[in-house]
Amino acid sequence: MEGRVAYENDLNLKATELRLGLPGTHEEQQAVSSRVGNNKRPNDESDDQNETAPPPKAQIVGWPPIRSYRKNNYQPKKTESDGGGIYIKLSMDGAPYLRKIDLKVYSGYPELLKAVENMFKFNIGEYSEREGYKGSDYAPTYEDKDGDWMLVGDVPWGMFITSCKRLRIMKGSEARGLGCGV
Amino acid sequence: MSEDDDRQQSPPSDLEFVSNKARNCNATGSGSGNPEFQSAYPDQVLENVLHFLTSKRDRNAVSLVCKSWYRVEALTRSELFIGNCYAVSPARATARFARVRALHLKGKPRFADFNMMPSDWGAHFNPWALAMAKAYPWLEKVHLKRMSVTDDDLATLAELFLGFKELVLVCCDGFGTSGLAIFVNKCRQLKVLDLIESESSDDEADWISCFPEGESHLESLIFDCVECHINFEALERLVARSPSLKKLRLNRYVSIGQLYRLMVRAPQLTHLGTGSFSSSEIAGQGDQEPDYVNAFAACKTLVCLSGFREIILDYLPAIYPVCANLTSLNFSYANITAEQLKPIISKCHKLQVFWVLDSICDEGLQAVAATCKELRELRVFPVDAREDSDGPVSEVGLQAISEGCRKLQSILYFCQQMTNAAVITMSKNCPDLVVFRLCIMGRHRADHVTGEPMDDGFGAIVMNCKKLTRLAVSGLLTDKVFDYIGRHGKLVRTLSVAFAGDSDMGLKYVLEGCPQLQKFEIRDSPFGDAALRSGLHHYYNMRFLWMSSCRLTRRGCQEIARAMPRLVVEVIRSADEEEVDDAVEILYMYRSLEGPRTDAPKFVTIS
Repeated sequence: MEGRVAYENDLNLKATELRLGLPGTHEEQQAVSSRVGNNKRPNDESDDQNETAPPPKAQIVGWPPIRSYRKNNYQPKKTESDGGGIYIKLSMDGAPYLRKIDLKVYSGYPELLKAVENMFKFNIGEYSEREGYKGSDYAPTYEDKDGDWMLVGDVPWGMFITSCKRLRIMKGSEARGLGCGV
Repeated sequence: MSEDDDRQQSPPSDLEFVSNKARNCNATGSGSGNPEFQSAYPDQVLENVLHFLTSKRDRNAVSLVCKSWYRVEALTRSELFIGNCYAVSPARATARFARVRALHLKGKPRFADFNMMPSDWGAHFNPWALAMAKAYPWLEKVHLKRMSVTDDDLATLAELFLGFKELVLVCCDGFGTSGLAIFVNKCRQLKVLDLIESESSDDEADWISCFPEGESHLESLIFDCVECHINFEALERLVARSPSLKKLRLNRYVSIGQLYRLMVRAPQLTHLGTGSFSSSEIAGQGDQEPDYVNAFAACKTLVCLSGFREIILDYLPAIYPVCANLTSLNFSYANITAEQLKPIISKCHKLQVFWVLDSICDEGLQAVAATCKELRELRVFPVDAREDSDGPVSEVGLQAISEGCRKLQSILYFCQQMTNAAVITMSKNCPDLVVFRLCIMGRHRADHVTGEPMDDGFGAIVMNCKKLTRLAVSGLLTDKVFDYIGRHGKLVRTLSVAFAGDSDMGLKYVLEGCPQLQKFEIRDSPFGDAALRSGLHHYYNMRFLWMSSCRLTRRGCQEIARAMPRLVVEVIRSADEEEVDDAVEILYMYRSLEGPRTDAPKFVTIS
């Protein structure tokens, strides 16, 4: 339990926040200038006190004129030098404490699952679309944006990393139920 | 206004001031006092002739000749276009036009797309749906842009119009998958369902399964903007029983494996949106991948390709077989480099429409210029849409395009830096330009080589591109650019201005100089009440004027409203702010036959 509390107090909470938009953009600054139509130049408004290096200019509503549908839809390229990874909590049924992993480090499901297997020293089994994970007592699941628990592997990787909030390796009868042709 | 027939002057396309303009042709002054012109032929003859007229401008002109022509034209108009849903009421429209088969309706102004209008402002389709249901039981087609459409409205369309065939929703919102489910289920004659850049809520209704069984008449099914999972098996069965299907645009929840299965069932497609173009399986490498190349090769009539929402580059070569035939290619969701683009674009000799991300850089644009000699329309969108992001495209790309694509008619170009020289070059190389929209994302950015404002570049565009009707300006701009536009932009109908100008003179130049101006949207520019007054002679000829974050006051707006009774002058503030002072955040004004609308929310004040 102690371990959990320590994670809770982690100063890097921002990194685990789920946001739409490109990594590294500061969406909260959009909220600052959400007042429509203000003759003041947005630079006049106090730029956010940002702990990191020079804060980008406060973004103005509706500029540049791109529909938000487009802004939210771009898949970020390989993580080059943009800060913040996608850190999520990883729990395993029966393990005394959780882990934190950075999803951006992996390029696909096979890598992720191998890393998880190594972390907790167990075997996940073979994935198939029809039957989930066969050959083991475990099923990797994740909580998505809507709060639902989903089986890892069903959706495209890009979609997965933007919608995954936390990972949980389920064990035993619960796991078997999930695996069977739902 | 001159009545000279030779001028381009066309009557307003969404409004008729009948009482002012319809001439009374009095034949002989007979004692009967009947002002009706006694025509040499019965109305039926005229009706037969007018049936051939399809252009709405021609029809508007015809309707102004005299009362009997007005009457006959109204009887024969089957396609009704209303550019501003608040300019005329459903009752008035249905009273005048008795036999409408197709309705084309537009609602919110374009700046609403960029979150500049508080939500729930208006543009509800509902009153139109109900009025149409009573007046036009034979309505077949509805085309809406920027309207709020509810699930109930969709149900109305499907249930009350037995022959309904075609629904196109562009930039609409307010409905969900439940509404779609009812609509597709009840609409037995449906040929076209096009949902384009619209927002729909995911009520988890399996709408694809709701298409009725048996052979379908579907010719077009576009749902790439619908953000929810779909029942793929049902979709596959639907495609299999739609022999007339020509256009299919999938959303990003359809994997490439699923795309393959659809393509083999529908090789007759002309328009394809590929969905995610990526794999959902994490199956091992040993598995057999379907022959994607073959699937594309089988589509001999494919001319328009889009999608690629989550592209896995390994699959891109699959589209090589269709490149030579493509006239339209939309890569604007695919983050690809110049190197990745080149093998594709080098085969696209017939390409006319190309939408792409700036990830291809200037080098990618050079490759486009080298091959696509037939290009008519280019749109370059930014991957990183922020003011201070790096700009991978610049004046170099623009110049290259202008040199290679001489037939260019329409361009939308987002960049971080530009020069007057490149814009001037384009104005000379591409004389056919009708639409020129340049967005330099950093505000007030000057020519990065000379340090000068961008006035001369845009000036050259309006001077040299004699067919120009739509213009969007950006960068550091003084009043001079508006002087150029007022002097030379005589055909400009749509003008978009942001962060530009020095004084009221800027606005005056345009309002006094551009007789064809219909749609004018301005933000964050120093134009005040005096400038607004200079357009009084013209506002009845315009569809709308939008001004946000300028220097207008309530008093100034009220003055306009008093001077022009047929203008609706809306002052809109942010929904959460209280009325504080005289300054106006957003002015949205438009001509209307109906006066102030009754469905305005609290944050809208109509003077």
